Formats: sequence, structure tokens, C-alpha cells
Amino acid sequence: METAQTTAQTTIDPAEVAKFEAMAAEWWDPKGKFKPLHMLNPCRLDYICAQIATEFARDLSDDTPFSGLRLLDIGCGGGLLSEPMARLGATVVGADAAAGNIPVAQVHADQSGLTIDYRHTTAEALAEAGEQFDVVLNMEVVEHVADPQAYLTACQQLLKPGGLMVCSTLNRTAKSYGMAIFGAEVVMRWLPRGTHEWSKFITPDELFALIETAGLTPVDRKGFVFNPLGWSWSLSARDLSVNYVTASTKPAQERPESA
Amino acid sequence: MEKSSDILIIGGGLNGPALALACAQAGLRVTIVDRLARDNRARDSFDGRGYALSLSSQRLLAAIGLWDSLRPHAQPILDVCVSDGGLGEGPAPFVLDFDHAEIDEGPMGFMVEDRYVRRALLEALDATPAIRQINGAAVIAQEVGAQAHVTLDTGEVLRAKVLVGCDGRGSGTASRAGIKRSGHDYGQSALVCAISHSLPHKGCAHQFFLAAGPLAILPLPGNQCSIVWTEKSSQAKAINALDDADYLAVLRPRFGDFLGDISLAGQRFSYPLNITLANQFVAPRIALAGDAAHGLHPIAGQGLNAGLKDVAALAEVLVVAHRRGEDIGREDVLARYQQWRRFDVATLAMATDGFNRLFSNANPLLRMGRDLGMGVLNALPALRRTAIREAAGLTGDLPRLLTGKPL
Repeated sequence: METAQTTAQTTIDPAEVAKFEAMAAEWWDPKGKFKPLHMLNPCRLDYICAQIATEFARDLSDDTPFSGLRLLDIGCGGGLLSEPMARLGATVVGADAAAGNIPVAQVHADQSGLTIDYRHTTAEALAEAGEQFDVVLNMEVVEHVADPQAYLTACQQLLKPGGLMVCSTLNRTAKSYGMAIFGAEVVMRWLPRGTHEWSKFITPDELFALIETAGLTPVDRKGFVFNPLGWSWSLSARDLSVNYVTASTKPAQERPESA
Repeated sequence: MEKSSDILIIGGGLNGPALALACAQAGLRVTIVDRLARDNRARDSFDGRGYALSLSSQRLLAAIGLWDSLRPHAQPILDVCVSDGGLGEGPAPFVLDFDHAEIDEGPMGFMVEDRYVRRALLEALDATPAIRQINGAAVIAQEVGAQAHVTLDTGEVLRAKVLVGCDGRGSGTASRAGIKRSGHDYGQSALVCAISHSLPHKGCAHQFFLAAGPLAILPLPGNQCSIVWTEKSSQAKAINALDDADYLAVLRPRFGDFLGDISLAGQRFSYPLNITLANQFVAPRIALAGDAAHGLHPIAGQGLNAGLKDVAALAEVLVVAHRRGEDIGREDVLARYQQWRRFDVATLAMATDGFNRLFSNANPLLRMGRDLGMGVLNALPALRRTAIREAAGLTGDLPRLLTGKPL
């Protein structure tokens, strides 16, 4: 079950999957290999929470503000986003194409006392099976897939009408080469060499075009900016030059095509 | 009975209840444990102990809903007069005079007696159903894992995502977590008492820097002041052993006659002055606040103010993390609190320490230097405003509660 599921119709590049399998065990160590992701996580969560709260009119000071929402976390890894979403009340499916991540994430969710449905599968396979979600989290995945357009179309199919997709990735700029490849992989050794392929990075305009072609409506985009003085990340409306995040919605079915 | 909570606070003095209220009001489930029975913590008689609340502390107390009941008992501090005087020499030629009219924030702070602050906190705890209070029970064991587990001497085991030690300078929470402390004893003690005087204080606080150490005179409502009088420990012990009349006879030449006749009001207290800093403010699932993190020399009345800054920063870190779905006891969450507070605390500790060493000295060169320094500070309005704002706690990256906004 854990190895046989990567079938011909997925867009996952097998070489990419192997790289993350090698990294799976260290997911939950804030000082370990995934330190940069743990550092980015509060900033990602703030964006995701604000977008969900806005789209579905939820109050984040409520005890479980996302209860009643079915949420898919694609590329869930060790569950760094799935667990917070479950804690906030969402019904969470965590999907990862790397089989090794699933037991790691499951063991940790059990330790945390959270119920999360982790599956070794892909967006395409879930769409094929007719699964539907209010929210699809698509964070730092699109730069790793072989066919971004097919992948984003699968994400669109996974959303209920009126649903929300949050998608983050890396911009293709000289600065992103310097920060993400040379800085994070070569100098800081935060990530193993070869984690990212710069030529696969996507500019915000390219991503918006892909999202629109997939049938979603882009509604927001922001930059994740690293501040070396405070050694922390923050959201920026202007600087999308390296890491950035977008929100898109699936039109409700009854909405007219044009006004 | 619910035995699992988000936050388990050990210590029901001042910072513990303030943290409990701030977190519970933002939707977290809180348990607070104190080794003393409730009646031993709520005394109603006047004992002369008080706190010089900074404006940011006052705003925090307002944000957690306590200020309405404290306001009638609070004496606004309208002016702070710092002067350097040799015993029996009269005031030094330059006097550092901070006047609240120079900043547009109203009073520079408030003096409130200890009994009113404690009573307001305890009553607010009673009125908050989301807070479970356990009084008269001591912690005998603690361990951390996916949650923190604490065993009480009653046999009850409590579980929480975060364990917060507000248990003072000798924090058992810190020592059970293996957090070591570093410290320094000043060889000085503070004599604390309340004074009645015949002339009105007009809301003015005074800090006299005498050779043995500072004497702070802090206005209470009516014609009363709370004083913090620092002497070498051996001398303080001797003074404290005197009867009231002899005690006053020793105080009078230090205090001066600017408030007319003085007499004792309430009890006399004596506290040895030392500084003790926890080497870490956090450990996995554990955070320290107030004196448990940093017991400071109370030279400028900054002990409670620093503790309430911890409360504001920790409550904000925990509530923000909770609202974005993070596990609030993880070390990377708690590290944000430590990062927010440690620099400020170390600076304050060094500044208070240095300030005291500079002013507790009869070396004529040093004295001339500081007299000149005071003259220069008096002459430069911008520098003075910075000093006033720092004393009033209005600088730096402030947690929301310290600006009076709820979480």
C-alpha cells in the first residue's frame, strides 16, 4: 500500500518524492533539518487562518473557529499545517506523495491527541475519487510537480463551489536564486542540496494565469519576507520576490458568468 | 472535575493571577495553584507596602478589567524628583526633575497599595469561571512530554499544555525543570514602611541618592507616603531592631522636612536586596514569569512592572499561537516569549545595577560626575523625555496589553 500508489496519472516527479522521503523523520524537530519551515510556519498559518476566516466568516477568537470545514493539506509532510488546522476544528485530510511521511505524521498527531486522516496519495488521485473540500492548502508544492497546470486543475476539482485554495511557492528571480538555492541549500545548509530546481520556480503572474486557467479566481497575493535582524518571517504586500502566497476561490455554481 | 487545562500557573501572588486573567479572557482554560490558603493571601489591613505602577502596567490592569476597582485607591504620580544629597548636606546643586507635563500621557504612573492590588486580582479570579483555583496545595513533582504533568501534595495530578512558574525568586518550577540561576547579593537591604506627614505631597515621588543607597519616597492617597530606604545590610538590621521613635530619629535627617512632621503609619518591613536571573526563561512546556525569571533590585520600583511586562508578552505569545492552532507548549513557541523579554530584562538588570552602584557611592569624583550628568540631562528636553518615557515604560516593542488593548 505504501509504495504501489504512484501511478501513471500523477504529476509527481519520482526523483522529488525520494528526496523528501529522506527527510521525513526530522519533520517535528524545530532545530532540525526543517528549522526553516518551522520558522516560516507562524507566518504561513497567520495567512491561512486570516483567509479562511474571511472567506467563511469565522471568528478566530472562537474556541474551534474552523469546525464544519473539510480541509485538504496537500504535501502535508509531517503535519506542520494539518495539526494546527485540526486544532482549530477543521476536519483534516493530509495527503503526501511520499509514503514515509504518512506514519511520521500519524504518530505525531496521535501524540498530540488530534484526529487527522493522513493518506499516501496525490491531488490527482483524490480528484479522481471525487473527494470534495471547503479548503485546499497547497503550500510549497507547485514548484515540485512535473505539470503545474494539470496539478492546479486537480486542486480546482477538489474544491466545493465557493471553496478556497491557498497556494504558496517560490518566485523565479535573481534574489530567489540567491536566497533559496545558494543561501538555504549551499551556505546555511538548511535544506539538502538539490531540494529546489530554480528553473521550476513560478512568478506570481505565471501562477495567477495557471490558477485562472484551472478555473479558480485569484483573490489575494502576499510575500513571505525573512527579516535577518529579528530572525523571523513576516507578510508583505509588496515584496513577493522570493517566497509568496496566494488565495483563490472557486466560483459558486449559481454565480452568473458575467455581470 | 476537569484536570487538563491549556495553562497551569504555579504561584498566586500578583503576576500569576494577572496572567491567568489575561489568558482566560482570551479564551484559554487556566488552572492556578498557590501553596497558601486564599485567606492568607487576602489581607485587608493597611501595611504600607505599595507599588509604583508604570503607565504600561496601569494599562495592562485596565485591559484585564481591574482598573475600575483600583482607581479610587490609586495616587497619580505627577512628578518625579531625583536628587543627590550627602547626609546633612542638603540637596545637590543639580536636581533631576521629571514632570509629567513634558509627556502627553497624563500622570507618570500610579502608587497603589499592595492590599488593593491583591484583593482586586483575587476577586477577579473568583469572578472568572474559566479559571480553576487550587489554594493551599504545593507541587511535589513535575514532568513534561506531550503535556506537562504536575503532582500536588494532595495527590491530585494536573495536566496542561504549558506550565508557567510565577513562584518567585526561589522558583520550584524552575529548579524542577533544571533551570539554573545566576545572581548577586548587594549586601544591602531595603527598609520599607509607610509615613504620615503634615504637608501635602502634591503627587510628587522623590528619589534621594544617599551614600548608603537610595531612598524612595512614593506618594500614597492622602498625606501618606510609602518609603523604600536602602542601607547596608548590617546597618539595616540594626535600624530595623530600633523601636519606632528611634527608627524615625534615624530616618528624619535622610528624609528631610520638606513634607513637615513625619510619623510611622503601618508596619515596618525589611528585604535583603539581591538580583537573581534564571539562565533560561523557558524550557519545553515551561515558562517563567516575574521574579521566577528575574528577581530585580527594586531600586526604581521596576520589579512588579517588569513582571507585568512578562505577563503581557507571555499572554500574547500564547494567545496568538493558540489562535493559529499551534501547540502552545512547544519550545519554538515559548522561545518567542524568551526572545521578547530577555533583552529587556538583561538591560534593566544591568541598568538598575549600574545605577545603584553609581549612586551608592561617596567618591567625590563620581559624585561630581553624576551631578554634572543630572545638570546636562535637565538641560536637554529630548533626552529628558526619553528618560521619562523609559521610567513610565512607554518605549520598546510593546505587547498589546501594555497599551491597554485586550488580546
